[in-house]
Amino acid sequence: MIIFIEKDDRKVSKRFAGTVASLLSSLDINPETVLVSRNGEIVTEDVVLKDSDDIKILSVVSGG
Amino acid sequence: MKCRLCDEKAVLSSPNYCKKHFIEYFERKVFRTIEDYGLLDPSDSVCVAASGGKDSTVALYLSFKYLQSFRSDPKVTALIIDEGISGYRNKTLDDLKRFCKDAGIPLKVVSFRQEFGRTLDQIITLRLTDQKPCTVCGILRRYLLNKYSRGFDKLVTGHNLDDESQAILMNLFRQQTDILARLGPVSGVSRDALFVQRVKPLYFCPEKEVALYAVLKGFDVSFTECPYVVFAYRADVRDFLNAYEQAHKGAKLNIVRSFLKVLPELKASYSGKGLRYCESCGEPSSQRVCNACKLADKIIIARDGG
Ligand code: SF4
Ligand SMILES: [Zn+2]
Ligand SMILES: [Zn+2]
Repeated sequence: MIIFIEKDDRKVSKRFAGTVASLLSSLDINPETVLVSRNGEIVTEDVVLKDSDDIKILSVVSGG
Repeated sequence: MKCRLCDEKAVLSSPNYCKKHFIEYFERKVFRTIEDYGLLDPSDSVCVAASGGKDSTVALYLSFKYLQSFRSDPKVTALIIDEGISGYRNKTLDDLKRFCKDAGIPLKVVSFRQEFGRTLDQIITLRLTDQKPCTVCGILRRYLLNKYSRGFDKLVTGHNLDDESQAILMNLFRQQTDILARLGPVSGVSRDALFVQRVKPLYFCPEKEVALYAVLKGFDVSFTECPYVVFAYRADVRDFLNAYEQAHKGAKLNIVRSFLKVLPELKASYSGKGLRYCESCGEPSSQRVCNACKLADKIIIARDGG
């Protein structure tokens, strides 16, 4: 799975299958602080992801 | 997870709404805040403190949309303060320019460089003051917002539920009850010809909902962080509060609601009780001229002196 983390402008590549919630917890990211999109669509924390999904994590906390 | 109102997939888990129903829910919440607290009047000429970021862009868009339901030519102007933070503000400024052009909203740009002769980056690297970047930024920005919003009926800001609950906690932690008394959906020095009332239409909207609304509406706003934010005390409170909210849902809203209950008494206890205002900018100050204005003068003198 390719995960794009917008905040740090970095791409993480890892094997992962499971819910959005467990993906975020494996990356140590608080769900309160991000929106997650799969293949361009916003998904909720209960959605189950496949390893082939294209994931983008958008930080929502404001910086100024 | 499905939408609570239809069969579509939810875009948010709590409350669970699909795209269409979320947008309706969000706009309804903002318009209700505007009406419940009398934030905007159809005849108002409104200045929106914009930054190109998601919060102020959503506040700008919805203030305009709200007023448009009463008249076809709402008197709304966007005002952006360009502090001169490279890699950050130049980006959000471009986003805002595009947004205002598309929406047909006039935009006024005021920069630290024009006003003080220095960008924020220069003030920090040249060590023109030993204060932290966010302190300098906040002080100078407030000064310019006051100056350029004069003459409007209202100054709209993009403060959301997260900003407000963080500000309440920060001021409690530091025992700054005088500053606390000036928070709320309508803040600032009111009913004074020189100083415009500040209003916060996103007062009850969590940051995550504001971001979601901006994304779903396709607003071209960047979600990058200011490079100086790591120096901010607020970042600590923000992270702590988000962790707490994750474990105890509703904490932010409860902080703000509790605060609103005691706010009238807090305001009353400070009204006319030896609290003076800066002659130059109107912020509460124990001196004739506040620190903000002194700092601004210092930087202007540093420029004029060389
Ligand atoms: S993070 Fe600090 S320096 Fe950056 S815009 Fe906000 S207040 Fe200014
Ligand atoms: Zn729905
Ligand atoms: Zn002042």
